[in-house]
Amino acid sequence: MSKVLMKGNEVIAEAAIKAGCRLYFGYPITPQTEISETLAKRMPKVGGLCMQAESEIAAINMVLGASSTGKRVLTSSSSPGLSLKSEGISYIVGSDLPCVIVNVQRGGPGLGGIQPSQADYFQATRALGHGDMHIIVLAPASIQEIGDLTQEAFDLADIYRTPVMILADGALGQMMEPIDFDARTPREIPEKTWVASGHHNKRAHNIINSLYIQPEDLEKNIISRFERYKNIENTEVKYESFMTDDADIVIVSFGIASRISKSAIIKARAAGIKAGLLRPITVWPFPAKKLRSLADTAKTFLSVELNMGQMVSDVKLAVECKKPVEFYGRTGGMIPSVDEIFGKLSEMSKSL
Amino acid sequence: MIVFDKPHALTEMPFHYCPGCTHGIVHRLVAEVIDELGCEGRTVGIAPVGCSVFAYNYFNCDMIEAPHGRAPAVATGVKRACPENVVFTYQGDGDLAAIGTAETVHVGARGENITIIFINNAIYGMTGGQMAPTTLPGQVSTTTPYGRDVKIQGNPIRVCEMLSTLSGTAYAERVAVDCVKNIKNAKKAIKKAFETQIKGLGFSIVEVLSSCPTNWGKTPEQALEWIRTDMIPYYPLGVYKDTTGEKEVK
Ligand SMILES: Cc1ncc(C[n+]2csc(CCOP(=O)(O)OP(=O)(O)O)c2C)c(N)n1
Ligand code: SF4
Repeated sequence: MSKVLMKGNEVIAEAAIKAGCRLYFGYPITPQTEISETLAKRMPKVGGLCMQAESEIAAINMVLGASSTGKRVLTSSSSPGLSLKSEGISYIVGSDLPCVIVNVQRGGPGLGGIQPSQADYFQATRALGHGDMHIIVLAPASIQEIGDLTQEAFDLADIYRTPVMILADGALGQMMEPIDFDARTPREIPEKTWVASGHHNKRAHNIINSLYIQPEDLEKNIISRFERYKNIENTEVKYESFMTDDADIVIVSFGIASRISKSAIIKARAAGIKAGLLRPITVWPFPAKKLRSLADTAKTFLSVELNMGQMVSDVKLAVECKKPVEFYGRTGGMIPSVDEIFGKLSEMSKSL
Repeated sequence: MIVFDKPHALTEMPFHYCPGCTHGIVHRLVAEVIDELGCEGRTVGIAPVGCSVFAYNYFNCDMIEAPHGRAPAVATGVKRACPENVVFTYQGDGDLAAIGTAETVHVGARGENITIIFINNAIYGMTGGQMAPTTLPGQVSTTTPYGRDVKIQGNPIRVCEMLSTLSGTAYAERVAVDCVKNIKNAKKAIKKAFETQIKGLGFSIVEVLSSCPTNWGKTPEQALEWIRTDMIPYYPLGVYKDTTGEKEVK
């Protein structure tokens, strides 16, 4: 139990090693390059490999190959790189392979910018690749949580045989805070009987594959994967509630935006406005049940994001038109100030 | 006395290939080599996207299906995770020399200790006969209906020649499976490529000039003849690189 002061990106790298990951494949892109730079230093010291691939496309396919052998494997990138990885992610999902993928988001579309952003929410939760699919998406809001969730991600990936994404942003990647790497208890992992690393003449050959040429076979496969998703939705939803019990206005916000929202809520409370925060930690599966129950007590909702309004659609779906849902966001790498969000809360409180 | 038997490294699954297609011959050669080297238990094969997409059903070793063109990257992941595995990819020309060119060049550059079995049939088989990067100048395909015009569609890629310029390539040979003599030679090359990997010498590739009677619009016999009259002159057979010190380099 000792705390050290570290940068978010470095914490991701160290937490992966702590989780038993010894294979990293990546390609440099701002603002997450410290992940591979840290691993380039650290992996050889722990008997692991940090490989710079020729592209994000190659990196994610190296992940596919390495994961097929049953080993824990990590890749990381930022927004434009995630677009390139989407082909591989779809194949990895189709092949039921575990791995951890980090997206330290920057502004987009296109080359966009290099400042913090949450503009890949739709990509992460709706369309990370082609086909009927989801992956678990974890959204940390502090350096301690980055460390805990990165370790948790490897366990979740192995338990459910799925890629798990850490959805961070440039601010979290660059920020420094104290971290305790031993704060979390590891989970029990099922035996990996499906691996392709040689049958050693002891079993039939294993095939790792995403092709089902008969539509009835593919449908069966997808339906059984969605049964697994149901199980994940029932057991793995994570969120933080802050002053929601008596809140008239509930802000829904994740990652770096939730920290600014929290400060705005504290300011609002001091001004007599009953505001609270519901912070999704898993953005897929989304804490929809919790929000639905809050819709019984709260008068109105406000989604605060670093984009033009993406998670707000999940909030609306969860609230089921029972209460109004508003949106406040900045985009392109801009970060809202506490006063901006406080101003929005004051305006909303007038019409309550 | 058994004089001819199915290699153990092939499963019981019947091939789905068209009559006269030489994909099946090459599968058998790879399986015979795996049997002879006794490495089935530690071999991992990577299947491509293309006519041989079902290769994972045919080989008795552990198999992984890769996205179109990405087999060399997948193979890299397997080999780096488990260096004791013998890792091979089996890829067509569309897979290897079009969508997957970067992945292919970089396993050569890195000297990745894997083996690529590269099927050059000068066409896209699976999708119904479109132009491949290896389609010959003047050759008719469904997307070059007036013949490949190099001014418009560019020039074919000579893969062995290109990859042999890379320092990490340890062994590169082009063979054909149009006649018994060449088939025997193809097997020798495949065995040598696997041995190169087992010795840890670096990247090895065997390019096999293979037939596609269906999409060439030829009988199986005419197709074999076309390999001799048209393909071999453009893609000369032989060893392009050999760092094992055993064969003369062209
Ligand atoms: C990303 C992607 N693009 C295109 C395709 C369609 N496709 C399937 S096979 C193929 C061509 C394969 O040709 P080749 O590699 O030469 O193998 P062959 O079928 O001739 O053995 C194409 C373009 C695909 N499956 N995935
Ligand atoms: S289409 Fe061509 S390459 Fe494909 S199986 Fe038929 S003959 Fe062989």
